[in-house]
Amino acid sequence: MNDFSQAFSLSLDLIFSLDARLAEIVLLSLRVSLSAVLIATLIGLPLGAALATLRFPGRRTVNAFLSSLMGLPPVVVGLVVYLLLSRSGPMGSLGLLFTPTAMIIAQSLLITPIIASLARQVSEDLWGEYRDQLTSLGCEPLRAVPTILWDGRYRLTTAVLAGFGRATAEVGAVMIVGGNIDHVTRVMTTTIALETSKGNLSLALALGMILITLSLTINVATFMIRDQVKGESL
Amino acid sequence: MIMKINRFFAYLLATLLVLNTNIAFAADRYIVVASTTSTENSGLFSYILPIFTEKSGIEVRVVAKGTGKAIRMAQDGDADVLFVHHKPSEEKFVTEGYGLQRFDVMYNDFILVGPDSDPAGVAGNSDITAAFKQIADKEALFASRGDDSGTHKKEQGLWKKAGVDYEAASGKWYRATGQGMGATLNAAVAMGAYALSDRATWIAFKNKGDFSIVSEGSPLLFNQYGVILVNPEKHPHVKAEEGQAFIDWVLSKEGQDAIASFKLEGEQLFFTNAQ
Amino acid sequence: MTLPGSILPLKLIDLTYAVDGQKLVQNLTLEFTQGPKTLILGPNGAGKSLTLRMAHGLLKPTSGQVQWQQRHPQRHQAMVFQRPVMLRRSAAANIDYALGLKGLGKAEAAELRNEVLAKTGLSGIATRPARVLSIGEQQRLAIARAWALRPQVLFLDEPTASLDPKATRAIEDLIETIHAAGTKIIMSTHDMGQAKRLADEIIFLNQGVLSERTAASDFFTSPHSAEGRAFLEGELLL
Repeated sequence: MNDFSQAFSLSLDLIFSLDARLAEIVLLSLRVSLSAVLIATLIGLPLGAALATLRFPGRRTVNAFLSSLMGLPPVVVGLVVYLLLSRSGPMGSLGLLFTPTAMIIAQSLLITPIIASLARQVSEDLWGEYRDQLTSLGCEPLRAVPTILWDGRYRLTTAVLAGFGRATAEVGAVMIVGGNIDHVTRVMTTTIALETSKGNLSLALALGMILITLSLTINVATFMIRDQVKGESL
Repeated sequence: MIMKINRFFAYLLATLLVLNTNIAFAADRYIVVASTTSTENSGLFSYILPIFTEKSGIEVRVVAKGTGKAIRMAQDGDADVLFVHHKPSEEKFVTEGYGLQRFDVMYNDFILVGPDSDPAGVAGNSDITAAFKQIADKEALFASRGDDSGTHKKEQGLWKKAGVDYEAASGKWYRATGQGMGATLNAAVAMGAYALSDRATWIAFKNKGDFSIVSEGSPLLFNQYGVILVNPEKHPHVKAEEGQAFIDWVLSKEGQDAIASFKLEGEQLFFTNAQ
Repeated sequence: MTLPGSILPLKLIDLTYAVDGQKLVQNLTLEFTQGPKTLILGPNGAGKSLTLRMAHGLLKPTSGQVQWQQRHPQRHQAMVFQRPVMLRRSAAANIDYALGLKGLGKAEAAELRNEVLAKTGLSGIATRPARVLSIGEQQRLAIARAWALRPQVLFLDEPTASLDPKATRAIEDLIETIHAAGTKIIMSTHDMGQAKRLADEIIFLNQGVLSERTAASDFFTSPHSAEGRAFLEGELLL
């Protein structure tokens, strides 16, 4: 239990001393994961809503496929992106391996299915409620996509946060495509893995606590903003 | 409402660009070095690289993997310089045309660590082959890297010398973790298993528990590090000039002095032997 | 009679709607012309709602045809549902949305919206989120939204079924106003009193089958069908 109390005081030390190394790592983590969430949101929300409103052959298969992609192992995604971006791979000439961009690509691939799938579920509920009325008003299914996204905006934040949570928490993909390079691609989770492997268990745990606090803060803040705005406009 | 949605997505896109402006303007003068966990985890690179960067203006990005994976990385052209510790593999790398020339940089040694309870009774035995034999005879737990790293290859060689079929014992007393040195040491400490480690990682390792060095000093445990520039003819994008500058510096008196002056807990971890 | 530009008369020809082989609406043939307020009356499960939905184009009949007189009849009709479906935005924005779908410009839409809000007595709550309004206000807003589209035909599917008497009165008054302004009313109800108050003609459905179609004045004194008579006498039609 000594490890836990030690880790706790260590994490407080790190936070309150505004440790520059820690700040660098935290900022890179946020930059990578937020970028991935933005990309996944841009693709996932419209895709999820469209899958809810459009009827086409093979729709069930697509949905099942998308749902199963929610459980993609980060290591596999990392490996695929690694092979694509490697100098010997098809996109090697871009020189993106071991850069933050590579990490953003990997995390985007990882969480787009999550955001799209959850967005589809939210959209299906809403579409079930709206379909007759919107059809009566002359709204085509594709035209309903922005309506669904706008009217489901508060519930959709949950989908986006789920994607963000997954992105900040995963280590497998960013470790492989980023290479955990000091000052370049070292993020919270890869640092935790590294410190664990160095036997610095208290430091690793302290970083873990900071990561949890960070993601908790972002979640709580999002929900508070959401409820504030929702209270005003519903 | 459509406009609001569009505006929302436009904001997202703008945020994305702002977040990543510095990606587009990232430093161009940098090289990627494929190296081993021992050099990275011990803190050697964090110690010597700023000195080099200060002098040359070249940033060095180290990707630390097992020697096997590091070599594979360099073969694929994903690194400019290879900095590892398994001479036969390194020479093969050069012979096959992936690297230009191999240089000795530094050495240290491997050690056998184990629990103070010493179930195999090998403590103090400097004959490493005998110690390995005894662990196998007593079927005492042994944690192996099992990841095709330099340390793993060294360990395999030692089992062969001791005449032990370790593969047959895998899953019984022989436990292959398939992970880096640190992770394997964590596992060894948790299981009370013997493990072969490079000295640098062991000294830097913070979770020793009741473990200590049980065997050291055999000439068989010599651990040589070498450095190789990846062949630009194989991979035209290799930053040969910057990579060569790094190699030249590592082999220079200044570089060698920097390596030799790196100490942890008062101990020198790497001994230079560039020619 | 076909007026120039009118989508009426609407013809339902031999409409059948079946689920798993069970016919919920059976061989229904009807014609709706400009003029009288038509009420489709019948007990729960008679197929009233299905009939309205097929006529409005929300449901595809299993067999049979729905015929209008114009190429794009959808643009000239609207429907109000039993449970008002409110978009998650202000009352005014709910109407603006519907007008936007019709391709109206902002200024034009705002003018039309303010006009229907005033006519339906909702001007005071225009900026409030639609989903916090009382159910009666929501239904009035749903009617206002439908009316703003200036439909030639307005379908109403049991619009007062979940409302209290006061709110019901407000809705019925609105329906009279809309009718007076020239929109054809086709409405379903299971409430005999409501049918008496509103109907010019009655279409009586029972178990998916047309029992009779009679002028309202006749239906309540001398219904033609046994089912109609039984319903008026308060019997359960099994």
